[in-house]
Amino acid sequence: MPKRTDIHKILIIGSGPIVIGQACEFDYSGTQACKALREEGFEIVLVNSNPATIMTDPEMADRTYIEPITPGVVEKIIEAEQPDALLPTLGGQTALNVTVQLAERGVLERHKVELIGAKLDAIKRAEDREYFKRTMESIGLEVPTASYAHTPEEAQAIAETIGFPCVIRPSFTLGGTGGGVAYNPEEFDRIAKLGLELSMIKEISVEESIIGWKEFELEVMRDRADNVVIVCSIENVDPMGVHTGDSITVAPQQTLTDREYQEMRDAAIKIIRAIGVETGGSNIQFAVHPDSGRLLVIEMNPRVSRSSALASKATGFPIAKIAAKLAVGYTLDELPNDITKQTPACFEPSIDYVVVKIPRFAFEKFPAADPTLTIQMKSVGETMAIGRTFNEALQKGLRGLEIRKDGWVASASVPKDVLRQRLATPTAERIFYLKQALVEGVSVDEIYQLTKIDRWFLRQLYALVLEEEALKGAKDQMNACASAPMGAAIQVNGVELLRRAKGLGFSDRQLAGLWGLDETVIRGWRARWGVQPSYYLVDTCAAEFEAFTPYYYSTYEQPVLKLEAGSRKLEETNPASSLQPPASKKRRVMILGGGPNRIGQGIEFDYCCVHAAFALREMGVEVIMVNSNPETVSTDYDTSDKLYFEPVTLEDVLNIVDRERPDGVIVQFGGQTPLNLTVGLAQAGVPILGSAAEAIDRAEDREKFKRLLDELALRQPSSGTAMTMEEAVLTARRVGYPCLVRPSYVLGGRAMEIVYDDEQLALFAQRAFEASPGFPVLIDKFLEEAIEVDVDVVGDGEAFVIGGLLEHIEEAGIHSGDSAMVLPPHTLSDDILGEVRRAALSLARALRVVGLMNVQMAVKDDAVYILEVNPRASRTVPFISKAVGVPLAKVATRAMMGLPLHAQGVTAEVVPPFLAVKESVFPFSRFAGVDILLGPEMRSTGEVMGIDEDFGRAFLKSQLAAGQWLPKSGTVFISVKNRDKRAVVLLAQRLEELGFRLVATQGTAKALQRSGLGAQPVKKIHEGRPNVLDAIKSGEIQLIINTPSGRLPRADEILIRSAATALGIPCITTVSGAQASVNGIAALIKRQVTVKPLQQYHALLRTA
Amino acid sequence: MTARAAWLVLEDGTAFKGRAVGADGEAFGEAVFNTSMTGYQEVLTDPSYKGQVVCMTYPHIGNYGVNDEDVESRRPWVEGFIIRELSPIDSNHRSQESLEAYFKRHRLIAVDSVDTRALTLTLRTQGSMKCGISTTERDPEALLQRVRSSPDIVGVDLVKEVTCEKAYEWPLVSTQQTAHSTQQKRHVVVMDFGVKYNILRKLAALGCRVSVVPASTGAKEILARKPDGVLLSNGPGDPAAVTYAIDTIRQLLGQAPMLGICLGHQLLGHAYGGQTTKLKFGHHGGNHPVKDLSTNKVEITTQNHNFAVQLDSIPGGAVEITHQNLNDGTVEGMRHKTLPVLSLQYHPEAAPGPHDAQYFFGRFMDLMDEVHA
Repeated sequence: MPKRTDIHKILIIGSGPIVIGQACEFDYSGTQACKALREEGFEIVLVNSNPATIMTDPEMADRTYIEPITPGVVEKIIEAEQPDALLPTLGGQTALNVTVQLAERGVLERHKVELIGAKLDAIKRAEDREYFKRTMESIGLEVPTASYAHTPEEAQAIAETIGFPCVIRPSFTLGGTGGGVAYNPEEFDRIAKLGLELSMIKEISVEESIIGWKEFELEVMRDRADNVVIVCSIENVDPMGVHTGDSITVAPQQTLTDREYQEMRDAAIKIIRAIGVETGGSNIQFAVHPDSGRLLVIEMNPRVSRSSALASKATGFPIAKIAAKLAVGYTLDELPNDITKQTPACFEPSIDYVVVKIPRFAFEKFPAADPTLTIQMKSVGETMAIGRTFNEALQKGLRGLEIRKDGWVASASVPKDVLRQRLATPTAERIFYLKQALVEGVSVDEIYQLTKIDRWFLRQLYALVLEEEALKGAKDQMNACASAPMGAAIQVNGVELLRRAKGLGFSDRQLAGLWGLDETVIRGWRARWGVQPSYYLVDTCAAEFEAFTPYYYSTYEQPVLKLEAGSRKLEETNPASSLQPPASKKRRVMILGGGPNRIGQGIEFDYCCVHAAFALREMGVEVIMVNSNPETVSTDYDTSDKLYFEPVTLEDVLNIVDRERPDGVIVQFGGQTPLNLTVGLAQAGVPILGSAAEAIDRAEDREKFKRLLDELALRQPSSGTAMTMEEAVLTARRVGYPCLVRPSYVLGGRAMEIVYDDEQLALFAQRAFEASPGFPVLIDKFLEEAIEVDVDVVGDGEAFVIGGLLEHIEEAGIHSGDSAMVLPPHTLSDDILGEVRRAALSLARALRVVGLMNVQMAVKDDAVYILEVNPRASRTVPFISKAVGVPLAKVATRAMMGLPLHAQGVTAEVVPPFLAVKESVFPFSRFAGVDILLGPEMRSTGEVMGIDEDFGRAFLKSQLAAGQWLPKSGTVFISVKNRDKRAVVLLAQRLEELGFRLVATQGTAKALQRSGLGAQPVKKIHEGRPNVLDAIKSGEIQLIINTPSGRLPRADEILIRSAATALGIPCITTVSGAQASVNGIAALIKRQVTVKPLQQYHALLRTA
Repeated sequence: MTARAAWLVLEDGTAFKGRAVGADGEAFGEAVFNTSMTGYQEVLTDPSYKGQVVCMTYPHIGNYGVNDEDVESRRPWVEGFIIRELSPIDSNHRSQESLEAYFKRHRLIAVDSVDTRALTLTLRTQGSMKCGISTTERDPEALLQRVRSSPDIVGVDLVKEVTCEKAYEWPLVSTQQTAHSTQQKRHVVVMDFGVKYNILRKLAALGCRVSVVPASTGAKEILARKPDGVLLSNGPGDPAAVTYAIDTIRQLLGQAPMLGICLGHQLLGHAYGGQTTKLKFGHHGGNHPVKDLSTNKVEITTQNHNFAVQLDSIPGGAVEITHQNLNDGTVEGMRHKTLPVLSLQYHPEAAPGPHDAQYFFGRFMDLMDEVHA
């Protein structure tokens, strides 16, 4: 069945901002889909509110709407575009949910838009728990037993039939609170009663507990002709009870026999047919009882998912691309396998390596959050590693996680009972406690009983512990080996030991640590002894067919020998490794990616890396990409000429450099990860492209930077450093309170705080000392109520152009990654902006920037202060690029390759005649009880963009897109600190004029009443009931303006803010944010939201 | 565990120094690679591997141990086994024994710590070739000499090594249940060229009475058993060398509905008067797409063969192709245009591998129903 010719225009919905559970994997899948469908000649209309995505680049679709993904807005896009079809399965849960709402509102029918990929009834069969259960039963498959109860008696009766342990889940509670696992009737009674009390509809579900069962996932694809293939199987190391996104997972599955695996495969095929997913990919989760083998179906996602991105990278089978082509009518056998070219996509990949995925968490940003891993996902990113064995892949993955571990290391030693507790409770650190336990001699069986992690994994890990013991004992042997002549027995044995250790994934740093040496010594040994990695291909077929796609991973294998004419000698080239890269006359450039997503280093940096790759390929340069993040576009093998799926560490990167000998390496796009490698790479003689290392040093070294600013006559807030607490106090007093305290060398404002007095200073300086031990704590004067400005500059070393100026909406003190921003600035005077521009350009000139530079400034009392200069791509680059229609990362890349800005036609700053607002999105709803206050430590996971003709509308769109549904009417609760009272009166006045009712706590109410406003007082939480929390919970409040009373917020304020988060009531914590919101509300009341594609905005820039 | 060294040497002089993980001694055979990620126990016990040393491309082997249920015949048949890493533990609720213990119990020679991808690439680019594994020889040169003088599988009848000694009924242990609860609708005589148990299991599950006869059984004797159908089983080696079976099959043509599987399919090719050729490195795995040309549906199949029928060598256009391999276009199934004879090159019984093609036993049942209606 070939391509359909009855549809021409297809609407694709993206997944919006990066949030926990929905990250850049959907940019990867959406980008693949856009490319695949345009290649087939379809006209693509795209909606996605996330500007940091490749998919929203104007070249990716015919019409790109960077607009909020809400049913109302998408309906307007459908009205404007009249697409023939909607493809809902590539934009995560967001796209699926909006699609269901559009279908239910009759929008699709009204505009004759056909759902392709999955029809409405299939989506519902998969998503509705009850419907899903019935469907599974109809095909003879089991799901966990569950029933609903409304009274303790009903609950008891259900528990008796299900048995213990069982899981109690209250229906409709805030953030899943009140649920739990009961192991006996007594415990059950307690949890059930509490659950019934907490449930808004007095209902709980009682479920069979499957905690500790083995967990598996299959990635399934189906086409219109009902051909079904399983692309990949995944086994979770952490058993049921930990969200699969938070589990360490392994592909392929390891512990099922063929018979058991085929039974699961049969079930998966039955499921995709019964659910009725017409074409495309689905992800199905199974649980298997470890002792009986009983198989349960847990859930099915009728769409591509995070796991399908992982499966695509793990196997080389591009699930999203194929899914898009199947949706328009192709069948699997009509599509070629990209990698082998000669064979069709209708097959099941066979892999001859092991893939390990490890989640990356951010609990350090949310100290109040419960770090226990549960069925609700908490990780913010992931890394994937490929090795020939599980141990090799695991160790590569752990060093690629970039949490300052050089591989699988042991936790700190803790008492036995604590250790057992740490094993029994899944957390991000459990993997390290596992090692501690094995080192201390806890048996595999005992660990199994505590963790239910399959003994196979534990036994593999134990082998690593044994090997490490042996390595430790070989210290003298290795030193002797180093001085022995080549070929001597001791030398041969030493080499063999080293090779085996490398084969088990030990990093040079780990080995150096074991032997008390420097990492460079191990590297030297390896070079001398020929213990070098082989680079093997991810080829979908375990080497059965020739592969044409250079997608590599490293591994250490035993040498292959060739016996010839009586002499035994090393064969020159391992047939599996192709050690010599194909000779090419092209210039070769290596781009280092940013590794796993984390707060502070997310998709924005991947976006820049991808742009660099595109720009270089357009210039005819061969691009070598190195990265370890399976979610991203940068690790799509289509993005670069060669992909090395490797940890971004000095060792791994230098190994690739040795093999590829690139003409240059780009380190300034992947965030802090590659930047941190600059010195090591430069020392190894690797040519770094872009700004000179001295320039980077001048910007990052505080003393040199101070001198630079003095030379340029630029202002800086007074500052100092301290190595001890006494020094800190003296410095702070000299600088003057309030001041900003932070540790050296951290990302995303880690442990950064604003302190107002000696007491606060003592507390936070201590934390800062702990965050970067041995390094000074930095103390800067904090400019209260200053307006911050971000400036991105692009330069070629001679000429420098401002990419964009962003005015922060929240006042100084809130991390630039968390603050809302607007472009062009809308409150600053032309004089000030002129000064900002001059300052930025003079800095760029002084540093002779080649590539990108970001400057953060603060404006206070008409004076401009320089806060920070980063001689690299910043998080704002994609947003600015989209707002001004200039692909800054591409321009910067070309400049690095020697193409001057004027030759690129980039000569002047573009100031758009419309407004673009960047708003941040936070994971607070995931972390019950965590305060949502913004501060100098970055905590947002993603961003959205709102574009419109005026600030109010652009801001409104940014809020809608971020999930803040600003109300048109209703009641506003106001409670602000004294300093904000005057400012809030004006706001309250406008809100009253707009028809809102005002309620306020005593103090604020008085202030409002004095100004003639009709504010109703409401009790604070400790003043009795009903109080403000009751009002919020009963739905009487539609908007909350609550600025914190001090740096250390009061408990009741936290309660108010977290209740608002849980209930989805917009809660604004700064006066400047509130001002912007009132503008947005006014815009909302005045007129309807309108939509316009990015291409039209960009056309305005060209005519302007 | 002190590691014992083992040498693996290919006919072309490529050598790997690995770790002996099975019995002591030497093994010779044709080196082939199998890309199934699961199912090593089925592979070990598949009689079609007689004469071959099998390299598993998936690196972790032995993870789930060995059990009594997942066997495909009465014992392992591979000449030797090559793996990247033998699991130090068997972790599965059905496991009865570790793979290492199984190797030792069956005196099977196995080697691990071999770069199986390098080996696979050598075989893919150079083609299948003879190899030897030795846990006793220290000098790989000497081993190479023995490899070179070891017998080739081309032109050798390996069927006689694996077929049953005398006829038997399936199931081996007849339970009360099987005897009484299933209506035995059809009687199928299986010519055992090295039959995999799952073929017998599938026939029995469809309600057939299953009689297995040795490969040398003559047509008269088979027909005397009054079969509703004859199944020509899978088996090892070069079909051209099994001349007695080709004769028998030729005599059975038209006498009973027949289904040929793998070697059975190739023998049919010869019985039709055609030829078989040896493939460069064969098909061994569980992920090859095959299209059923009558429905245009694709099934993911289990494959294990080194020889293929040359369809155009069959005189008079007597047969037509029914199934085709989508990877390399080779013939995967054929049907006689006038006689009730079907055959598949791949394995509808799977084991190991996907169950997509199991419907084909139903087609055989339909064929018997048509003939015996």
